[in-house]
Amino acid sequence: MNCATLSSTNRAESPLVSAFRQTLPIILGYVPVGFAYGVLAQKSGLSGVNTILMSLLVFAGSAQLIAVGLFAAKAAPLAIVATTFVVNLRHLLMSAALAPYLRGWSKSRLALFSYQMTDETFALHVGRFARGETGPGETFGINVIAQSAWVGGTVLGLAASTLITDIRPIGLDYALPAMFIALLLGQLKSRQHLAVAVIAGVLSTVLMLAGLDQSHVLAATVIAATIGLGVHAWTSRQSS
Amino acid sequence: MDQQTIFLTILGMMAVTYVPRALPLLALAQRTLPESVVRWLGFIPVAVLSAMLLPSLVITEKGLDFSADNIFLWAAIPTFAVCWKTKSFVGAIVTGMGCVALGRLFFA
Repeated sequence: MNCATLSSTNRAESPLVSAFRQTLPIILGYVPVGFAYGVLAQKSGLSGVNTILMSLLVFAGSAQLIAVGLFAAKAAPLAIVATTFVVNLRHLLMSAALAPYLRGWSKSRLALFSYQMTDETFALHVGRFARGETGPGETFGINVIAQSAWVGGTVLGLAASTLITDIRPIGLDYALPAMFIALLLGQLKSRQHLAVAVIAGVLSTVLMLAGLDQSHVLAATVIAATIGLGVHAWTSRQSS
Repeated sequence: MDQQTIFLTILGMMAVTYVPRALPLLALAQRTLPESVVRWLGFIPVAVLSAMLLPSLVITEKGLDFSADNIFLWAAIPTFAVCWKTKSFVGAIVTGMGCVALGRLFFA
């Protein structure tokens, strides 16, 4: 027994059961979004095998949805890869944000963990790690369960794609924004965090309207977090 | 595009997705970061989530859109409210998708 297991809420619970309980919201978010991806991929000309392989190998919700749109629009392969890179570059910051908590981990374990780090697993882990819950069994359990839900949703979407001609009437295209709303609310820990969120959102919108179509998220994130740091430094100097 | 080219594109997507996920963890996890860097990194989750969310709510094919037709924007209000009150991730998603579906059914 390591300290991470002891510090979790229910001591008798096995890491896998605990992982499942914590991942449940992600599962319920991933299955419909994975489903939407599966349907859209089919309509964009991807074979069933390629549709599932993308969920297994790339495992990045928004990038996959954007990519199938590009495949449908007959974009060049290099353009699709470049867009994926820019869209997923935000994970660079998330990965860096988790780094201070995983100091005891081996390189190979970190390499394996990174493979399944998405917006949603990140949001879950950042809370757990801050509480000292870095047990590898539970951590990898969460990641594997989350990806299984994503791949499962994809397979369901593939199977149903012939039945569904349009996903809009059932609101499936809102699964992703709704998930971001829920994750964002869970992260608003202080007034400074709220201010950073407002700045990042407004800035990202302005940059996107200005024509920065793919890098607006990254640019807005870096600038807003830097302003947050500046404000923190300034207010703590005022109060001391 | 033939399926083999699509598969090679997927492999490319895999590589460019994995490297940014792994590199900072592999490079930074073994060392102690200055307090200001840790604080800066602490702002990243809210910043990145908000930067992804807000444009998807307020920008439509018409540009900046605060009109009554922008269902995504108005559906965000009950979604926020339900999530705030119930703290339920699932409740937020069901509310959001339900509002968008109903909005399209009655107003679109």
